[in-house]
Amino acid sequence: MKNKQSWIDQRFPLTKVWNEHLAEYYTPRNFNFWYFFGSLAMLVLVMQLVTGIFLTMHFKPDSANAFASVEYIMRDVEWGWLMRYLHSTGASAFFVVIYLHMYRGLLYGSYKAPRELIWILGMVLYIALMAEAFMGYVLPWGQMSFWGAQVIISLFGSVPVIGPDLLVWILGDYAVGDPALNRFFSLHVVALPLILVVLVFLHIVALHAVGSNNPDGIEIKKNKDKDGIPKDGIPFHPYYSVKDIMGVVAFLMIFCTVVFFAPAMNGYFLENANFVLANPLKTPDHIAPLWYLTPFYSVLRAIPPMFGSQFPGVLGMGAALVILVALPWLDRSPVKSIRYRSAPFKWALGIFVISFIMLGWLGMQPVNELNAFLARLFTILYFAFFILMPWYTSIGKTKPVPERTTE
Amino acid sequence: MSEQTIDLKKRRFLTQATSVVGAVGVGFVAWPFVSTWKPSARAKAAGAPVDVDISKLEAGQLVRVLWRKKPVWIFRRGAEANAVLSSPELEALLADPSSSGNSKSQQPAYAKNTHRTIEGSEEVAVIVGVCTHLGCSPTYRPEPGAADLGGESWKGGFYCPCHGSKFDLAGRVYAGVPAPTNLVIPPYHFVSDTLIRIGVDPAA
Repeated sequence: MKNKQSWIDQRFPLTKVWNEHLAEYYTPRNFNFWYFFGSLAMLVLVMQLVTGIFLTMHFKPDSANAFASVEYIMRDVEWGWLMRYLHSTGASAFFVVIYLHMYRGLLYGSYKAPRELIWILGMVLYIALMAEAFMGYVLPWGQMSFWGAQVIISLFGSVPVIGPDLLVWILGDYAVGDPALNRFFSLHVVALPLILVVLVFLHIVALHAVGSNNPDGIEIKKNKDKDGIPKDGIPFHPYYSVKDIMGVVAFLMIFCTVVFFAPAMNGYFLENANFVLANPLKTPDHIAPLWYLTPFYSVLRAIPPMFGSQFPGVLGMGAALVILVALPWLDRSPVKSIRYRSAPFKWALGIFVISFIMLGWLGMQPVNELNAFLARLFTILYFAFFILMPWYTSIGKTKPVPERTTE
Repeated sequence: MSEQTIDLKKRRFLTQATSVVGAVGVGFVAWPFVSTWKPSARAKAAGAPVDVDISKLEAGQLVRVLWRKKPVWIFRRGAEANAVLSSPELEALLADPSSSGNSKSQQPAYAKNTHRTIEGSEEVAVIVGVCTHLGCSPTYRPEPGAADLGGESWKGGFYCPCHGSKFDLAGRVYAGVPAPTNLVIPPYHFVSDTLIRIGVDPAA
C-alpha cells in the first residue's frame, strides 16, 4: 500500500493534494448553519450533471420533437420521470442554495479583503448559472419556454444601432424557432456546464489559498501554534466532511419531498403554461420567468422606456447584477461579521433583503399601477443598498472584534 | 559564432509582432464559428411572402397568420372603429399618433397615415402582432370601454399581457406604457380585392 502510494506520489501529487485541500486544510472551528450551502451547491451541481447526461440520452433538440420527447421521457422511459423531476427540481434547489450561500457572504462579510476574487468568481458563477437555467427552461419547448425565450432574447434587440442584427444572429432566424432551440441545447449541455465546472474549480482554488471566513469574521491564520497550525482551525477532513454529510442528508430529505410530492411546486418550479406546446401565435395570458430570475425581471419592468427605447430598462437589469461585483470596494466597515457591525448596516441589510424578496414577488405578478409603483420603490431601495454603502458603513459604532473565535 | 548579447529591444519587438499576428489569426479563425450562428440558407428561404384570403373576414374579426415565423394580424375594422382612430380624444392618449416621431420607421411609407393602411383600404388592417417592448403577442381587445383596461379611456385595440402595453386598433402605442413605439406594419399589397400578399410592397 505504502509502496503504491509512493509510486503514485512520484508521478502525481496525490498525497500533497489530499493534505493541502482536505486532511491538512485548516478550517475555522466555529462554522454554523450558514456554512452548509457551499458544499450543498457542489452536490446539486453534480446531481444536475448526472441527471442531465441521462436526460440528454432521450431528449430531441428539435422544435418539432422537443415537447413530445419530454413527454416521452415522462411516460415511456423507465424512471425517466425521476430523472426529469430531479433535474427540474434541482434547478430551483440550485438557486435556493446559491441565494442562501450568497446571503451568508453578506452576513459575515465574506466578500471583504482578502476574499474579493472569491466573491467575483462567485458572481460570475451566479450569472453563468442564470444563463444555464434560462436555456434549460427553453428546451422542453412549452408555451413558457417559447415566450420566455422571446422576451429575454428581445432584450438584446434593444441595444442601440446593432440590436436588430444582433437579435437575428443570436436566434439564427427572424424569430425564436428551431435554430435557437438547437443552439441553446448545445450551450446548455456542453458550453455552460464546462464553464461552470471550471469556475467552481477556480472559486475553490481561490478559497483554499486565503482560507475560509467564519461567523466572527476574523482571520484564524493570525493565531497559529508552534507547529504553524491555526489555533482556531480544525482539518476539513474528517471534521467538516462529516458535518457536511449531515447537511446533505437534511437537504435531501426536503429535496426528495419536493421531487416526489410537489415537483411542479404549484407552478413555481414548473409553470403551468409550460405543459402546453409552444405556439408562436398566442402569448399566454400571464407570463413570468421562473422565481429565481424574477427580482431582475422586476427591475427591467420598473424602468420606463426612454428616448423611444427599451434599452435603459435592460441596462438597469444588467446593473442590478453587475453592481454586486463592486461590493468588496463599497463596504468601508472595519469589521466583517454582522455580529460586530454597526446598526446602520444591519438596517440596510434588512431593507435590502426585503427589497430583493419583494422584487421577486412583484416579478411574478401582473402589471398594474400599484405593482409598478412598488417595483420602482424597491428597485430604488435595491440600488440604494449599494450606492449608499460607502456612507452607511463608515458611520455608526461597531462592536469590538474578539481575537479568537467565539462559541 | 561570436559571443552574443541579448538584445531586449529586439526581443520585445518580436514578442509583440508575434502576438499581433497571432491575434489576427484568432480573429480569422473565429469568423467561421461566429458565422454559423447567422440565419442559414434554409432559414432565409423560409421567409417567403404569405397570401391571405380575406373574402370571409367580417367587421371586427381578426385572423392570425405566420410570416417569417412572426404572428401577423389581419382584421377588418367597422366604420365606427375606423372613425375613432382619427378622433382627437384618442390621439391625445397616444404617444405618437402620426407615426412621425419614434415610430417613423415602424411602417412602409405608404402606410404612414392615421389608419396605417394602404390608401383606399382603410378598413382592413395588417399588423405584425409582436409587442415592440419585449416581443410578446398582444391580445385583441376591440371592445371600447373594457373595465379592466381603464374603462372610458379604452377605445378598443390590443393589450399586451406580459407588461401591460396598450395599442389602439391601428397598432399605435398609448403614452405611458412600457412599449416605446407603434407596432410594425409589414410590407403588403392587394393581389385582388380579397387576397392580400404579406411580405411584398405594392407595385409602384
